[in-house]
Amino acid sequence: MPSQLKTSGSDDVSMDDAPTSHQPQQDESMMDQDEVEDDEENDGEEEEEEEEEEEVQRVKLLPGSTETAASFEFANEGHTLGNALRYVIMKNPEVEFCAYAIPHPSEAKMNVRIQTYEGTTAIQALEKGLADLQDLCDVVNDKFLEARQKFQEQNGVTA
Amino acid sequence: MPRQPPTKEELEARKIVGINLETITNVHDTNYPGHYPGEDHSWDIEKFKQEFSVEIHKNDPYEASFSLIGLDASIANAFRRIMISDIPTLAIEQVFLNNNTSVIQDEVLCHRLGLIPFTAGKEGLRNFVEWQAKPRETGEPADCRDSDTFQLELKVRCEHNPDAGPHETDPTKLYKHAHVYARDIKFNPVGRQYEWFTGENAIRPVNPDILIAKLRPGQEIDLNMHMHKGVGSDHAKFSPVATATYRILPVIDIVEPILGRDAEKFQKCFPQGVIGLEKVTAEDGKRDSRYLGHEGELKAVVLDAMRDTVSRECLRHDEFKNKVKLGRKRDHFIYGVESTGQLESDDIFLQSVQHLKAKAKTFEKQLVNMVR
Repeated sequence: MPSQLKTSGSDDVSMDDAPTSHQPQQDESMMDQDEVEDDEENDGEEEEEEEEEEEVQRVKLLPGSTETAASFEFANEGHTLGNALRYVIMKNPEVEFCAYAIPHPSEAKMNVRIQTYEGTTAIQALEKGLADLQDLCDVVNDKFLEARQKFQEQNGVTA
Repeated sequence: MPRQPPTKEELEARKIVGINLETITNVHDTNYPGHYPGEDHSWDIEKFKQEFSVEIHKNDPYEASFSLIGLDASIANAFRRIMISDIPTLAIEQVFLNNNTSVIQDEVLCHRLGLIPFTAGKEGLRNFVEWQAKPRETGEPADCRDSDTFQLELKVRCEHNPDAGPHETDPTKLYKHAHVYARDIKFNPVGRQYEWFTGENAIRPVNPDILIAKLRPGQEIDLNMHMHKGVGSDHAKFSPVATATYRILPVIDIVEPILGRDAEKFQKCFPQGVIGLEKVTAEDGKRDSRYLGHEGELKAVVLDAMRDTVSRECLRHDEFKNKVKLGRKRDHFIYGVESTGQLESDDIFLQSVQHLKAKAKTFEKQLVNMVR
């Protein structure tokens, strides 16, 4: 929704324009059918997440965001992704500020605020953060398998 | 003037959280870009690959312990949280009671049944079991499939044992089926379930000796159950782990020699195996003048800081004042994962890593839609 990206004019937005939540009411009936069909081609552990998200848009750009300073709303996410994502995004030298919040415990929503220096955008910073997090997981996975292999050899266990 | 890059010792010192008698210091990670002038702490996958390491201490199916070294707490915590609440398992979700004349109430009995951990052939669990379809638009539940619903049965009736002696007082001998155990639950496979879950791969309780109810002659439990796939965030019965925890590696630094009776007392301040006693040798004296003249006495040495509980007991005694520094290594996480038995502990961790990656991946994809 590029219409919400105000690149010109005042950067400041009055509080009235920035509601705490911008998730439209989800049409539950939309998500059901396709999940059943998708089931067959899934491999391994990633399946369950994949299906649900394919249909429903779970990340939204909150109003009041500019190119370099934006808030994102993640539906059905919590501290697990929020804090991990905050860490990798803060590791980006182009990012001036990054924080996450769960505005209210009874709403399954998690907000991430990103402010970057000139030359990049908040969306790019978020994209890089998500990509870096995946790379990190790959390294952890590989190193763990390696260590387990070594441990099993040392203890005379055949895999 | 060009800044000196930090020395190795300085980099190591930054990782230590200081633990004092009443306070803690240096608790926050400072490895972020812009924190130290002239230093680059931006995300670098190659650097991470070099610095990150894994050590496995124990790898049993029901209990694993391992260290992840070189990680941030936010990532370590994400893995822990995912293991507890996001890795799916099978558990009893629906109970159809035909008859229950035992003293245990229907709803309590059903709750107990739900909490029994089950296991089955790993291949089937991984490749065959699917999520239960969502209810229809009309509100009625979707049809059950052989890949998402597993039928179990429990049918037990307690009766007098005619073979029991006249003076027998033990109810388990006096009556038949006085105790109902998890092993009395029978799995009834249908359709393709025969291909995946037969013989040693059958769906069965992890521990057959779990006591479900006690009966007296004439009482009966007769019920059918449906198992479904679910996650721990929905109900704890779906959590694949009994516990999934981490702690940060304790560090004990003996700065000044602790000798003789003090050393023995010092050893007693810690759990067994943390502090050892060694004789001061002539070499010690040569290496460190503070040991000169103490040859033959006992000195306290750190054997295994990992076993410490960081009780801070040693800081309460004046004789060790300024002789020992306690701390924790901020980026060394010692995990303890105890599986409930459906999945193997190391597998649960690996799944959690994949799960976090999958989360990031789906949002990366969605970001494209959001921008468009």
